[in-house]
Amino acid sequence: MTGQFYPAIIEGVQVATVLLAAPLLVGWVRALKCWSQGRSTAGLFQPYRDILRLFSKDIVLAENASWVFRAAPYVVFGATLMAGAIIPVISVKAPLAATADVIALVALFAIARFFTALAGMDAGTAFGGMGSSREMMVASLAEPALLMSVFTVSLVTRSTSITEMVRVLSTGPFVLRPSLAFAFLSFAIIAMAETGRVPVDNPSTHLELTMIHEAMILEYSGRHLALMEWAGMMKLFLFSSLAIALFFPWGIAGMGGWLAGTAGLAGLPAAFFFLALKLALAGVAIVFVETGLAKMRIFRVPEFLGTAFILATLGMLSYFMLE
Amino acid sequence: MTIQILLGVNIIGAAVLAFLGDRRLAPEVNILCSAATFISSVFLATGVYVNGPMLSGGGFFFVDSFNVYLAVLTAFVSMTTAIFSRRYMRYERRHGRIGRAGMRFYHAMFQLFIFAMLLALLTNNVGVLWIAMELATLSTVLLVSLYRTPSAVEAAWKYFILCGVGIAQALFGTVLLYFAAERVVGEGTGALLWTNLNAVAGRLEPTVLSLAFVFFMVGYGTKVGLVPLHNWLPDAHSEGPTPISAVLSGLLLNVALYALVRCKVLVDGATGSHKAGYIMMVFGLVSIIVPAFSLLRQKDIKRLFAYSSIEHMGIATFAFGLGGPVATFGALLHMLVHSLTKSAIFFTAGHASQMHSTQDMSDIKGLIRGNPLVGWGLMFGVMAIAGMPPFGVFTSEFLILTAAMKDAPFLTPFFLLGVVVAFAALFRKVMPMVFGAVPGNQRPLRPSHIPVIVHMVLVLILGLYLPLFLSQWFHMAVDLLQ
Amino acid sequence: MENGFAAQITGVLAALILLTAFALLVQRRIYGLLHIFAWQGLFLSISAAVVGYSTGLRHLYISSALTLALKVFALPYILYVLIHRLKIQKEVEEVVNIPTTMLIGIALVIFSYHLTSPVRELSTLMTRSTLAVALATVMLGLLMMITRRNAVTQIIGFLSLENGLFFAATSATYGMPLVVELGVALDILIAAFIFGIFFFQIRTTFDSLDIKEMEKLKEED
Repeated sequence: MTGQFYPAIIEGVQVATVLLAAPLLVGWVRALKCWSQGRSTAGLFQPYRDILRLFSKDIVLAENASWVFRAAPYVVFGATLMAGAIIPVISVKAPLAATADVIALVALFAIARFFTALAGMDAGTAFGGMGSSREMMVASLAEPALLMSVFTVSLVTRSTSITEMVRVLSTGPFVLRPSLAFAFLSFAIIAMAETGRVPVDNPSTHLELTMIHEAMILEYSGRHLALMEWAGMMKLFLFSSLAIALFFPWGIAGMGGWLAGTAGLAGLPAAFFFLALKLALAGVAIVFVETGLAKMRIFRVPEFLGTAFILATLGMLSYFMLE
Repeated sequence: MTIQILLGVNIIGAAVLAFLGDRRLAPEVNILCSAATFISSVFLATGVYVNGPMLSGGGFFFVDSFNVYLAVLTAFVSMTTAIFSRRYMRYERRHGRIGRAGMRFYHAMFQLFIFAMLLALLTNNVGVLWIAMELATLSTVLLVSLYRTPSAVEAAWKYFILCGVGIAQALFGTVLLYFAAERVVGEGTGALLWTNLNAVAGRLEPTVLSLAFVFFMVGYGTKVGLVPLHNWLPDAHSEGPTPISAVLSGLLLNVALYALVRCKVLVDGATGSHKAGYIMMVFGLVSIIVPAFSLLRQKDIKRLFAYSSIEHMGIATFAFGLGGPVATFGALLHMLVHSLTKSAIFFTAGHASQMHSTQDMSDIKGLIRGNPLVGWGLMFGVMAIAGMPPFGVFTSEFLILTAAMKDAPFLTPFFLLGVVVAFAALFRKVMPMVFGAVPGNQRPLRPSHIPVIVHMVLVLILGLYLPLFLSQWFHMAVDLLQ
Repeated sequence: MENGFAAQITGVLAALILLTAFALLVQRRIYGLLHIFAWQGLFLSISAAVVGYSTGLRHLYISSALTLALKVFALPYILYVLIHRLKIQKEVEEVVNIPTTMLIGIALVIFSYHLTSPVRELSTLMTRSTLAVALATVMLGLLMMITRRNAVTQIIGFLSLENGLFFAATSATYGMPLVVELGVALDILIAAFIFGIFFFQIRTTFDSLDIKEMEKLKEED
């Protein structure tokens, strides 16, 4: 009798997870980074405190800011949350996942980015405009590569629906697939660029000349800034979970695999456990990359993202040639 | 057994000459080795003439009337070139253009080069053919840069890289061929032997062989110097020492064409069509027309004749592509007479540039007055190569023309255009060099007369009358290539 | 199943070889090129050994060992010594910018896939699909030779092209007969010595290993 509500419950749990766990992931990454550099940390939960504090503060609006500036944080937050509802983070049984495929997912991220860039220009300051133009340049290169990369996975799984892709990948026999390896490498590079991590952007910088994402949201304050920051954290969380779902899907609930076979709520604890484990590892990987690389000069970024595009294309080609 | 001796002489010769170095008798030893090679090749040829095609060395070597005639030609021209180079290289040595090490290197590599070409001709194995072709490139690369001038190094580098890349394509073709043959003949060396391949030609997969032929065409076509793969050829010919230009032009191009023709016969046999032939006709025709016009723009005497070599290789390729008994007969004869004539021309051109210490044609004048043998040799050589009767080139070109009229009449105007333009260009360039008063910068010189005279007389005889054994021979080869 | 797994490994190695071929196109530093080239040789050698193991053809082990010795150790070492001794500048200039080169490279890969498709359809061999990768590696080596203007990089392109050929020989046909392979290896070795000599000749006559200097010989004169 209660079984018919399971999907709705799972969906709710998943959205809540995305909302609440995203700052934790960021906190984990920051803490790891501090440890690796021998600094003392602000604690895993510092991002929550930041967001809470920002919510309690007043908003300062620029004089000539239009409604776009005010609406952007809600649009960005909403689009990102929506993306969180369709990525199979903990279970493939989420009902909203059926409404959107991987192309729609990329489009949702694009909406968020588009409004961030508009807001950056809306206030009319120099840094906002500069950040927006840089962001758009990165986006114009990263998005085709992102699509190529997920299409490679689609080719392998013969579907563009994310849940279907995850199901096929995790239930089939184990096969070494060079195409997926290429797609993953490409995806990793793009994820670094999209979430504003080190070789492309630096999330912790406030040095005007190098920042991209920070430059766009420089004029925000109070709860607007809180929403923007929170959306940024969710984006990192979502890209990590998307990478996990597409390339390391073992353990996501509800697809009948050997790890988390149970379709109902009973599978969720195991799914949570695996998600936490894999995200923790993803955080370690991020820190490894960020400490290993220096931020590259902005005019080298196209080449970096071009590499991602080539890798994704190679993945696609090697699917045709070798599999 | 003759084959082993034939090839052994060169290898031993190369080793001995590498040891002898710049000693007094080195050129004579070089001549002696080449003469021994020639004699054994004649023995081999008579053996084939009497007994028909034969296998030797456990199927490793294969001799039929097609390759044995080229082997005799190769041995003969290398012998006369060795005779020519005795005087020529001594002159260069005396005038300090090359040093001790250069001479040692030159003699050893000359023999190794001849060995590589003979191996390419006589082997039964497609893979070994490739190796021998590569060896022929490698052994001549450093000879082209022998003078160490900037342009010589540039020419050698170009030669090395372009031929290396080209020949790599031929290896890919060989891999594809093996891939197709292995399914019919079975794994192992057997699947790469011409004799086995020709026996099962009809059962080889046509699509794979067509693909393989494209790679063979590009690969060996580069070595033949077909347009547009010809860029290395004029440079290598003009910058290397003249004896090397003579053997490159007269022999190496022939050997590469031989490889290509073998592949063509096999592929056309497998596909049951004339596809490979058409490809060769197109390449051949382009290689006749383009260099003919390039001839008009040349300033360097050796470059001029290098372009003429491209044109003549184009003619032979075109004729082999046409197929049919007359055209094939013409092509075989053309390879023979071109080789003889062109090496004779290079001999005289080399002497002419020694007399004037330059290869620039505008500075070379009054050759007949200055040295009748060089002057008249060049004059007759050019008359022969341009296709004037009564020389042999006329006969072969005429045969090819009649075959073209019959089988591909719409292509004959292009063929004729190329030949006529080349004719005009050659005479326009050579007349001022041959006639006129002796300029002040000319030096007297004792030319090496025997090779020039022998070659020109042979070409003349071939033009007037084809000996019975030779025509029978060609008929046998034509039958093979049908 | 055994064979299926070997085929997968060969597939992965093919992908890695293709990746290194692209990496050669992208790499700017000359020592980086050498490292990538050595890696390519290593993958090649492993793939020959894997094919040899799964098919039971012993002579492929010899090819594999030969590749390991020549292309992973000997040639990169020779080149390293030459570069060191000739004091060549470490950054390589390219004629065509890198993104364009990569796009051309992609086009070449598609072209070779198309070209070899008739062959793949008839092939029953385990490693048939790698033929396209082999041809693509050949093409990419060619592209590298065209787009780089330095004698050393041209040679690395040439050797990478040769790697593609070798890969074709092992993957498409389980290796050519041993006579041929030994001969090819010998040729490559001789070629290596010759380009070594060449570097010195070019260096002494032009004072640089830049091919731009070598454009004197033209059609007309």
